[in-house]
Amino acid sequence: MKFTATVGVAGYGAYVPAFRIKGEEISRVWGDAAPVREKSVPGPDEDSLTMAYEAAREALEMAGVRPEEVGAVLVGSESPPYAVKPSATVVAEALGVTPRVVAADLEFACRAGTTAMILVAGLVASGAIRHGLAIGADNAQARPGDELDYTAGAGAAAFLLSGDRSRLLAVLEHAYSFVTDTPDFWRREGESFPRHAHRFTGEPAYFRHVVSAARGLMEEAGLKPSDFDYVVFHQPNVRFPLRAAQLLGFREEQVKLGLLAGEIGNTYAAASLIGLARVLDHAKPGQRILVVSFGSGAGSDAISLVTTEVVGSRKSSLERLLARRAYVDYALYAKQKALLRVA
Amino acid sequence: MAGRVYIVGAGATKVGEHWDRSLRELAVEALLSAVKDAGIDKRDVEALYVGNMMSGMLQGQEHLGALVATWAGIPGAAACKIEAACGSGGVAVHQAYLAVASGLYDCVAVVGVEKMTDALPSDASAALATAEDQEYVVFTGATFVSLNALLYRLYLDRYGVKQEKVAAFPVHCHKMAVNNPYAQFRRAVTLEEVMASPLVADPLRLLECAPIGDGAAALILCSERYLKRNPRDELVEVAGTAVATDVLSAHERRDPLAVAALRRAVEAATRRAGVEVADIDVLEVHDAFSILGVLSLEARGEGWRLVEEGQLEPGGKIPTNTMGGLKARGHPVGATGVYQVFDLVVQLRGEAGANQVEGAELGMAQNFGGVASTVAVNVLRRAR
Amino acid sequence: MVWVESAPRAWREGTRRYRLIGGKCPSCGGLVYPHRQVCPYCGREGLEAVALPRRGRVVTYAVVRNPPRGFEGREPYVIAVVELEGGARVLAQLTDVRPEDVRVGMEVEAVFRRYREQSPSGVIEYGVKFRPAI
Repeated sequence: MKFTATVGVAGYGAYVPAFRIKGEEISRVWGDAAPVREKSVPGPDEDSLTMAYEAAREALEMAGVRPEEVGAVLVGSESPPYAVKPSATVVAEALGVTPRVVAADLEFACRAGTTAMILVAGLVASGAIRHGLAIGADNAQARPGDELDYTAGAGAAAFLLSGDRSRLLAVLEHAYSFVTDTPDFWRREGESFPRHAHRFTGEPAYFRHVVSAARGLMEEAGLKPSDFDYVVFHQPNVRFPLRAAQLLGFREEQVKLGLLAGEIGNTYAAASLIGLARVLDHAKPGQRILVVSFGSGAGSDAISLVTTEVVGSRKSSLERLLARRAYVDYALYAKQKALLRVA
Repeated sequence: MAGRVYIVGAGATKVGEHWDRSLRELAVEALLSAVKDAGIDKRDVEALYVGNMMSGMLQGQEHLGALVATWAGIPGAAACKIEAACGSGGVAVHQAYLAVASGLYDCVAVVGVEKMTDALPSDASAALATAEDQEYVVFTGATFVSLNALLYRLYLDRYGVKQEKVAAFPVHCHKMAVNNPYAQFRRAVTLEEVMASPLVADPLRLLECAPIGDGAAALILCSERYLKRNPRDELVEVAGTAVATDVLSAHERRDPLAVAALRRAVEAATRRAGVEVADIDVLEVHDAFSILGVLSLEARGEGWRLVEEGQLEPGGKIPTNTMGGLKARGHPVGATGVYQVFDLVVQLRGEAGANQVEGAELGMAQNFGGVASTVAVNVLRRAR
Repeated sequence: MVWVESAPRAWREGTRRYRLIGGKCPSCGGLVYPHRQVCPYCGREGLEAVALPRRGRVVTYAVVRNPPRGFEGREPYVIAVVELEGGARVLAQLTDVRPEDVRVGMEVEAVFRRYREQSPSGVIEYGVKFRPAI
C-alpha cells in the first residue's frame, strides 16, 4: 500500500507504568529462566484504557491540535476493561474529542495498534478527516507461571496522524499487511487467561508473518534493509526481533534503539509502537524507519516512515517514564494485576 | 417572642454493642425512661423528633417517626425523623425546641438513636461517608475517618504541634468515662496506648477515633404552660439553640481549619441565651476524632494546651466532655447530639457523681454533622 | 461504595471527572471543582466552566487503610487535597507513589485512572488522580 496523499505523524505519545518486576523475581516463584531482564507492571488503578488515554493526550499536546479537530480515535487492544463497551468512547470523551468523531476499538492480539494506524492514515489520506488518533494499548494478561507470565507487560503508544504537512514529524510512505488464519495464541470468551501453542508461535506464526510483511513492503516500495536507519519489530521478548532482523538482513544497530522488551516486557498492541516512539525521540531529519508488528491469529503490518526536518523538536515523555521504576515483588505484582481475589 | 422551653425528662441506654436489642427497642427504652424521669403521662407527648442518620442504610428502615411512635405506644403524635449526619441528634433537639417555643406544642419528645453493630464495619464506614459529597469526595475512596485525617495533618503542619499533644484528648475522655454508667468504655487509656494503637487513616490512630456503637437517648421538652400543670423541682431550660452549616466539604472552605459553622452556631446560641462563651460551666464537644475535639476548643485558647493543663476536668477552667465525650461515652452517631444534652442535664441537676462540676449553671453541647459541615449548638441553663 | 448501581450517575459526572472541569465565579473569582450552578462562596449564579490546570501541590493527605466497599484490595492508598495552579482545590487519590513517600507541598500532575467498579459486573468509573510530577 502506498499513501497517495500526504499523511504523517504530527504528534505521538508513549506510556509505561511506574512499576517493574524483575525476571529473576518471576523465576524465583515459578522456576524457569526469564527471557527478559524486567517487565512493566500496571498500577492497581490502571488498565489498557487509562494507558491509552495517557499516550493519546501526549500525542494530542505534541501535535498542538485542538481536541475538536480530531476526526478519529481507534484503540487497538486485546485487554479492554469491558468485554462489551468500547474503550475508544471513554478515551475520546476524556480527551474532549467527542462527539463528532469516528471512534472504535480494534482487536487483533498484539497487532491492533499498527492496524489502527493504517486505518486512520487511510481516513486522513482520503481527505475524510484532517487528524486522527491511532492507539495501541495493553495490560497483557497471563496465567501465573505460564511462559507468558515472564513477559506480559503493560503500556501504550498513540500517534496523531495528520495531513497538514507543516505539522509532520514523520511522513508515512508505505504500508504492507500480511494476514493468515494461524491459531498460535487465543483466548476464548469468558476465559481469564489466553492460551498459546508453544513453539508453534515461532516459525509459522511470528517469523513467517513478520518476515513476509517486511519483505512485501520492501519489494513493493523498492527498498532494501540498508535504506532504513531504524527498524522496529514486534517484541514478545528480546530474541525474536533480533532473529527477525537477522533473517531480513538488518544489522543489530538498526534494531537496538527501538527494542525495549528487555526493560518493559511485551506490551502487546503497544510493543512496536512504543519502539517507534523511542526511535522518533532520537531520530534526525531525513531518516527512514521501518515498523513491523505481529499479532497472533495471525498477521503483521509493515509501515515505513521518513522523518521531516522538525523531528526531534518535540519529544515524548518516554525516557522519563522508563527512568521511573518502582520494583515490586511477585506478591505485589499479583495484587496489582488483580490476580489475588479480595472481593 | 419565643416561649421558654424546659427539659423535664431525660433518659438513655448505655452505649455499646447491643447485639440483642433492635434500633426500635433502643429508641423505645430511652424514650420511656425519659417519660418516667419526667413523671408525665406519655400520652401527653404531642410531637416526636427522632434524630438518626443511618437507619435507611444499615437497617433498610426509614419512617422512624411513625415506627418509634407506634412502638412507644404514642401513635398519633406528630412524628418524623431528623437527619443531619452525625449532627442529627443536636438538630433534633433544635427542632423540638422550635416546636415548643413556637407555642404549637406543649410537650414534645426527642429521641436520638443509632444501631451501628447490625452492619459490618465496612458497611458502617460506607454509611458514615454518606455525610459527604458522594460524587466528588466519597467517589475517590475517601472514608469519613480519612477526611478528618486530612484536617489533622493540616493542623499539625500549620501549627507545628506534635501529634502527642492532640492525642491527649482521648486520654482525657477515657478518664472521665470511668465514672459514667452509660459509657461504652469505662476504662482509662494512656497516651502511650493511644500512640501505639494502629493507624486507621494516617495520621489518625484507632484510639483517636470514636468507636462504633449502639445507643439511644431521649428528652422531654415542655412549655411553661405545661410545667405549671405538671410542676417539678429539678429543671433545666434550653436557654439558646442554633444550627449553622458550612461549605459541605472541608477542602472547599477558604480555611479548612476555621470551623466556621461552629463559630456561627455558638455566636447565635449564646446570643439567644443572653450569655457569653466564658460563662459556660460545662462543655460537650464533638470529639469524633481527637483533632475535632482540639479544634472545637480553639475559641478558648490553644485546644491542646487546655487538655495538657487539665483545664477540661471538673474544677478546670473549662470542664469538657465530663462524661466521656464521643470517644469514651460512645458515638452512636444520630444519637450523639441527644446524649450530649443528656450528659449536660445530669451535670446541671448535680447528678454527675464523682465527675460533678460544682455549681454548674450553664452548659453547652456542640454537635457536628460531617466534618463540621452542620453544627448544632444547644445551651442549657439550670432553672428553679 | 455505591448504594444503588447507576449508569446514569456515572455518565452524568463523566466529563467533569475526566477533564477536571471546574467553575469560575465571575463575581468573586473563586475557583471550585467540580463545576456547579452557584458559587459556594458568594452565591453568584452562572459559574463559567473551565478546564482546570493539571499540575498542583499537595496541601494535605491521609492514608486509607480501612477502605470502604468498592475499594477493597487497594489499601493502603492515599487521598489528598491538591491545590492546582490558579488556586482550585481538588480532593483526589494520589497514585504511583508509596504512602511513606508522600509529602505536603509535593508537586503532582493529573493522570487518568480507574477509581471504582460499581460492582464486579457493574460500570467502571474513571477519573483524575495525581502522581508525583515527572
